[in-house]
Amino acid sequence: MQTIEMNQTTRKQQLKNLAAWTFGWVLSTALVVFGAEFVWDGIPWVTAVALAVNVLVGIGMILSNRRLLENCDELEKKIQLESMGLTLGLTLVVGIAYSMMDATNLIPFDAEIGFLVMFMGICYMLAIWFNNRRYR
Amino acid sequence: MKNSIRVLRAEKNWTQEQLARAIGVSRQTINAIEKEKFDPSLPTAFRIARLFDKPIEGIFTFEE
Repeated sequence: MQTIEMNQTTRKQQLKNLAAWTFGWVLSTALVVFGAEFVWDGIPWVTAVALAVNVLVGIGMILSNRRLLENCDELEKKIQLESMGLTLGLTLVVGIAYSMMDATNLIPFDAEIGFLVMFMGICYMLAIWFNNRRYR
Repeated sequence: MKNSIRVLRAEKNWTQEQLARAIGVSRQTINAIEKEKFDPSLPTAFRIARLFDKPIEGIFTFEE
């Protein structure tokens, strides 16, 4: 029987690349936020350079994720698509509701974007877990 | 869509892993196809049919 190997080595390397880009993006995000306050004392051009680096690393992370998804088989792509769709929808609905809660003073604090990012991450992880179980 | 992959695979004494490697998908995908939880793409269906030396309609049956 001939075999068409799914390239596991490539997959592992792509996962490592994505992890490295993501780690780099988190670091560069922290650099912008904390660097401006504690390192370069808010000098605008330094902040702008740090932000540009952050955006470039973010683009690298997105491209790395795309390469990983291209190497998935059809069921894995379907699981990713369904999970991303659910995450996008829930984030939109919950995000707008959260923003309106702030605008109408239903919550005693400001709506923070960090909450939405955290919500999106948790939602995506749960959706991936649920969809993997569904097609097991 | 109904299919007879599990039976054909058993006749050849292949594991899901072996079949998955032969057509270039994951074992999870073969399992989901066998359990009829997931319909394969046309290229994958053709590869399966070619592997078992049968026409596609001899393996897959479409049901509304």
